[in-house]
Amino acid sequence: MNLISLFRRNNSAPVARERLQVLLAHERVIVGKSDLLATLQEEIMAVIAKHIAVDRDKVQIKMDRGDSVSMLEIDVEVPSPEKIRAAAEG
Amino acid sequence: MAKVVVVTSGKGGVGKTTSTAALGAALAQSGDTAVVVDFDVGLRNLDLVMGAERRVVFDLINVVQGDAKLNQALIRDKRVETLSLLPASQTRDKDALTSEGVARVIAELREKFDWVICDSPAGIEKGAMLAMRHADIAVVVTNPEVSSVRDSDRIIGMLDSKTERAEQGGRVEKHLLLTRYDPARAARGEMLKTEDVLEILSIPLLGIIPENEEVLRASNMGAPITLLNPTSAPARAYFDAAKRLKGEKLDVVVPLERKGFIGRLFGRRVA
Repeated sequence: MNLISLFRRNNSAPVARERLQVLLAHERVIVGKSDLLATLQEEIMAVIAKHIAVDRDKVQIKMDRGDSVSMLEIDVEVPSPEKIRAAAEG
Repeated sequence: MAKVVVVTSGKGGVGKTTSTAALGAALAQSGDTAVVVDFDVGLRNLDLVMGAERRVVFDLINVVQGDAKLNQALIRDKRVETLSLLPASQTRDKDALTSEGVARVIAELREKFDWVICDSPAGIEKGAMLAMRHADIAVVVTNPEVSSVRDSDRIIGMLDSKTERAEQGGRVEKHLLLTRYDPARAARGEMLKTEDVLEILSIPLLGIIPENEEVLRASNMGAPITLLNPTSAPARAYFDAAKRLKGEKLDVVVPLERKGFIGRLFGRRVA
């Protein structure tokens, strides 16, 4: 073990600092995003449900974050009229 | 005007209860009235650290549920008359705490004391949420260690979104209390430095509590460190932190284990 390796072995704090910075930059986005998307999902569902009977699983909300623009994608699968009629008669 | 302070961290074992006891005692020793409230229902420990475990009759749950009056549950400290403790329940589970009940008790405590210091349980579950819910000020207790810093970051996010103040468009005043800090190891690059933690969490620094054997002795003896050994390095750091809570502007130094003013002379200014 030479002097340099001794020095390196002890110098773990910069590694900790860098790992934390990378990790937290990532986690802050995820945590913020999941909260916002959950809220959007709830409120959009409530609006749609006032007018159309849709399945909860058929409403998809996605957020793609870009550098300059972010894209909010709302995908609602509305049942066809035949299906609704069939459900009403059956 | 009463202030409600939550002592929180996310991670367990970083020094929330020790810090609650020390800050509460330091504020009371300065002449203010202070109550320390244990929110760790089922795993109460603040009573033990305060040395009042044999005096507990009623607890927070009894008061929240209306089975006891607040005055019956409050335990007046025998060493500092302006200091009181509201213990947690040992047997009940955390679901016994209701949001409305906690709001009522906190409002009542605000009437009686200058400082209401709430010791949060670890984690991000209901108990921790209720402890921070009504806070004006948050003391985020963090060790210079990766998992503690990460959990503190989560807790800071929650203080900004899940508290009463945040929901009303305001904000909880947040402060970092760095505990178990070893300046020598930090200088050698073996431990995150104060500046590293401050840069990552970006909240103002309330104090740095050095790693010190007197802290364990204080909990062994059932006395807040500021009462047991007021001249020890950690006690001086807690006294300074309490002064900053009261709005005094002081340089943050890591007190060293030297006696009296020489220790202060050699205390390094770090932030």
